[in-house]
Amino acid sequence: MEFYGTQLASRLMLGTAQYDSPALLAQSVEASKASVVTVSLRREAAGAQAGQAFWSLVKSLGVHILPNTAGCHGVREAVTTAHMAREVFGTDWVKLEVIGQGDLLQPDVFGLVEATRILTEDGFKVFPYTTEDLVTAERLLKAGAEVLMPWGAPIGSGRGLNNIFGLRALRAHFPTIPMVIDAGIGRPSHAAMAFELGFDAVLINTAVAKAGDPVRMGEAFRLACDAGLAGYAAQPIEERDMAVPSTPTLGLARGLAVE
Amino acid sequence: MRILVNDEQREVTNTTLATILNELGYGGARIATALNGTFIPASQRDTVTIMEGASLEVLAPMQGG
Repeated sequence: MEFYGTQLASRLMLGTAQYDSPALLAQSVEASKASVVTVSLRREAAGAQAGQAFWSLVKSLGVHILPNTAGCHGVREAVTTAHMAREVFGTDWVKLEVIGQGDLLQPDVFGLVEATRILTEDGFKVFPYTTEDLVTAERLLKAGAEVLMPWGAPIGSGRGLNNIFGLRALRAHFPTIPMVIDAGIGRPSHAAMAFELGFDAVLINTAVAKAGDPVRMGEAFRLACDAGLAGYAAQPIEERDMAVPSTPTLGLARGLAVE
Repeated sequence: MRILVNDEQREVTNTTLATILNELGYGGARIATALNGTFIPASQRDTVTIMEGASLEVLAPMQGG
């Protein structure tokens, strides 16, 4: 799989927030075999070392880095944050978040399209965090995005894939665009379902970081991603409304009299 | 002069962004800066002058999802 011409060894992407310790984060990334981790920026007081220590840890993981614009509620704020992230992390990849609604952290798709256009013109490779809406997807692609990150469910909700019909339609309309299910995945089975629907990758944070055993959950997601991907490649059967016997009925002793 | 650094009032004596960052103790740190909401690349810190009352954002790497 490729994002903007970069070949990735794994289709699992992990967020780096909410782990109880840096060591647990590193072990979870290793167990999951994630190929990309997401990172962010925060204000840091002079002399504080947290940010510098985190940067050293991220570099040691040996994976691709995808900075986000989490918490940005406007186009200008998101664009400025993206520029700052490009300088700090040394990559032109950006997971673009423009949040429009606080309770659901729902993307402001109008601002998202505008920020995608601006950042693409500024040389960024934009990964927009969006909904499953087809028209928005089309606008994002026209604005320069070559990867889409539709949500499964609201960030951190763990609800899985809320609108399978919509996601299936999105996949079908843009069959060649790399798409990552981002947000809402709570269990390995949700990740497997994303791949069974034909999506290219998943991005997971809370479901691993806040699991009782994050390292084991990282491994579970790795296995689920492999299973879902293999299932999709094997071409699942179509669903039916009525039963269809799986055991051959020909030659059954249906006519035998019972004494 | 007084400026805002990450929304906190600070008194500084220098005038260029680079010298102010050193004065505040950020020297050598992996940071990015924005002045009054506009990104200032590291390459411009020596030439950008800070005015009284300016708002400076100093951001560093952190965990994110």
